[in-house]
Amino acid sequence: MSWRNFLLVALLVAAAGMVLPRVLENPYYFFAGYVVLQYVVIATGWNILGGYAGYTNFGTSAFFGAGVYTAAFLIKAFEAPLLVQVLAAAGIGMLLGLVTGYLTLRIQGVYFAIATVALVVVLETVVHNSDYLGGASGLTTIAPPAPAWFAGPTQYVFCVMLVLALVAVGIARAIEHSWVGRSLRAIRASEPAAEACGVPTLRMKLAACAISGGVIAMAGAPYPYYASHVDPLSAFSLTIGLNALAMPLIGGTRSWIGPVLGAVLLASVQQITTVTISSEFNILAVGLMLIAFVVLAPEGILGLVAELRERVGRRRATT
Amino acid sequence: MSAIVEIRGVEKRFGAIRALGPVNLSLQPGERLGLIGPNGSGKTTLINCLSGLFAANAGTIVFEGRDITQEPAHVRARMGIARSFQIPRPFTGMSVIENLLVPMDYLPIEAGAREGRAMEILSSVGLAGRRDAPAEALSQLELRKLELARALVIEPKVLVADEAMAGLSEGEINDVLALLMRLNERGVAIIMIEHIMHAVMRFSQRVVCLETGRIIAEGLPQAVAQDKHVQKVYFGERAGR
Amino acid sequence: MVFLDLALNALASGIALGCIYALVALGLAITFGLLHIPNVAHPALVIAGAYAVVLANMRGIDPILAALVLTLPFYAVGLAFYEFYARAFERRGRGNTLQSLTLFFGVSLIVEIALVVAFGTDLRSVSVPYVGRSFELGLIVLPYRFLVPALLAPAVILGLWLYMTRTHSGLAMRAVAHDERALSISGHDPVAIKRHAFGLATALAVLAGAALVIVGPVDPFAGRVHLGRVFAVVVLAGLGSIPGTLAAAIIIGVAEAFVTAFLSPSWAPGVAFAILLGTLALRPNGIFGTAR
Ligand SMILES: Nc1ncnc2c1ncn2[C@@H]1O[C@H](COP(=O)(O)OP(=O)(O)OP(=O)(O)O)[C@@H](O)[C@H]1O
Ligand SMILES: [Mg+2]
Repeated sequence: MSWRNFLLVALLVAAAGMVLPRVLENPYYFFAGYVVLQYVVIATGWNILGGYAGYTNFGTSAFFGAGVYTAAFLIKAFEAPLLVQVLAAAGIGMLLGLVTGYLTLRIQGVYFAIATVALVVVLETVVHNSDYLGGASGLTTIAPPAPAWFAGPTQYVFCVMLVLALVAVGIARAIEHSWVGRSLRAIRASEPAAEACGVPTLRMKLAACAISGGVIAMAGAPYPYYASHVDPLSAFSLTIGLNALAMPLIGGTRSWIGPVLGAVLLASVQQITTVTISSEFNILAVGLMLIAFVVLAPEGILGLVAELRERVGRRRATT
Repeated sequence: MSAIVEIRGVEKRFGAIRALGPVNLSLQPGERLGLIGPNGSGKTTLINCLSGLFAANAGTIVFEGRDITQEPAHVRARMGIARSFQIPRPFTGMSVIENLLVPMDYLPIEAGAREGRAMEILSSVGLAGRRDAPAEALSQLELRKLELARALVIEPKVLVADEAMAGLSEGEINDVLALLMRLNERGVAIIMIEHIMHAVMRFSQRVVCLETGRIIAEGLPQAVAQDKHVQKVYFGERAGR
Repeated sequence: MVFLDLALNALASGIALGCIYALVALGLAITFGLLHIPNVAHPALVIAGAYAVVLANMRGIDPILAALVLTLPFYAVGLAFYEFYARAFERRGRGNTLQSLTLFFGVSLIVEIALVVAFGTDLRSVSVPYVGRSFELGLIVLPYRFLVPALLAPAVILGLWLYMTRTHSGLAMRAVAHDERALSISGHDPVAIKRHAFGLATALAVLAGAALVIVGPVDPFAGRVHLGRVFAVVVLAGLGSIPGTLAAAIIIGVAEAFVTAFLSPSWAPGVAFAILLGTLALRPNGIFGTAR
């Protein structure tokens, strides 16, 4: 897809998102759609570091939670508008990414993965012990009313998340198609070889970590508005860490389409099934899918599609 | 003429084991140096210290009169020290030509001229026909060629070929030798690490032999080949195979 | 006097806690420390072990005795699991970290959910005669439900250490971590050695599970709080160091106990992770490990 086509599609999606609230009456669709879009942002952000550079982040919920609580803090302290919350959350996420990266990216990837697990617990413990942020029981966040143009707060926050998703995908795509993406792919393939080719690997990894952290934290920013209540358990939830990993892996980590595909697929299924099936089976299903893909189709759906195409092409060539 | 690379008292330890050094070695501009030694004698370790992948535990490394001991590997690469890896490390997930574009992103080459330059290098190693093949699909020989091609992109002043000919046929060895010779004629100093004796002897102007991390002989190829100590540790072991 | 009392008891319970953490970390010290397999499913396996012990205890069997017997089936499960892992990744030569981490992550979820399905989400515990009684020495009061599993740890670690340093297969196991090629030249099958090591690590999970469930009741997700902590122990110990594991675990246990006693229990979970982050940043080879 060329840039022009990409922008065209993005504009169309945005326009459809803006018009949809006028057509669809039932706010439930927007309530569920918000979650799907939130996961598009998270999976896309995760993939910038995890997919392109090959550094697994198990602590996605640390970044997400940081975003959630940054926004909650801004609401409580200043009644800041949503845009300010989003920008501040992105900034905090980037900073968190930089610090974590600086502490751990100089050594092997496994340690980075482990450190991200640790990060979730550290942040959760901090929030637990912060009375201002509501401690373990959480904080009720009364958000400012939605602009009059929107049918209601749910529709409004849905549209905000849609814009964030487009921004996130745009960032990921820009990285992927630039020299930055190329360097990150080189790092994923072989760090020593990348260094020997003149790639400043530490700097590139830090950049990827910061951008990835910023995008994920951004996804958390509208959450206080959306849920009107934040607590450590949902802000630092393991499900977020799991989905962030599973969605790109199932969709395919090599290209921006993969995480989008994985997120839309997995999150939609989850939204439908949580209504009908228990959340335990939900996690079980994700776990099984994760293993199946990692073992049988490590390049995700994108890889399967490419393989299929090649096979068809070869058959055509022989006949 | 002053040396282009000057290695002074370099040592590398892994835990309690000293894998290398102290080693003193200098390389003249445009020189062809052969580096030999039995398995595990520290050849690759020395190169890793030179290219910056390992930080030496002691000693200094000087390149073109500048102390580069503290410089990270990517800076050294951009200064003109290129190397191929003993076990090829292609950038998987990319096409052959994209592999060459990685180093170019950090060089002052105009965007329009990059593909052309990459193709030139690919033709010089005989990989032009594989330009769009994914790196995963290359054969062992092609991988070794890609290693060399990627090292050539940065227009190095010093090129280290770490066993670039291992596992190749006699004809293929001649191809690689000819390629390195042509490069050398353009003024690139080359360090060749090789177990294939006749190739090193033919190629090198000077040969250095390492054993358990130390230089045990240094001089003209014939002289080193005749050295008693070298024959014992090196050819003795070889002959036993 | 109150201070001394508090400090002494924190020290005692910290050491006991540390011993138990060491037991939980031991399996990982083998899989991650020696085999370099990032087995993030280990804590979940430990909890599975705890549930197996609970089942046996319901029939009146002593938890530690039950755990000793259960090491055999757990060893077998470990062998089978390693075989699956090796077929999926290592032998195909594309076992990158991301993929194996993901595999183990998926496995730990499945183990947890399997436990939920089989036992529900309620807390489960074992009954042993010494629960409720305490060991007293001067100012120190240590409940037996801490002391007994804590004593299990040094015994197991000593046994493992003797095995690793004195027996042929133990030595081979340590060698495989260093130089696989040399090992296969000398006539060993590295895959068989690794499989055995993985089985051993899994067998240790059930001993750790018994220790945990004697200390206090567990639920299916109890492994999660241990995950970061056991990695902290293994990294702090220096990869693959068995005696270091005990020392590192005690350091973390004591630090947590002091934070609990003097600050607040709610800060305790953060302690291990802060130590882990600090270690990674400052001494990535651990305090007892040598650089590799
Ligand atoms: N990253 C490392 N960690 C620990 N030991 C290492 C490492 N790299 C090399 N060594 C050790 O250093 C010594 C020298 O190894 P090196 O690879 O430099 O030998 P070499 O001369 O290149 O051998 P070969 O001809 O087999 O390539 C060996 O004993 C090796 O085991
Ligand atoms: Mg070598």
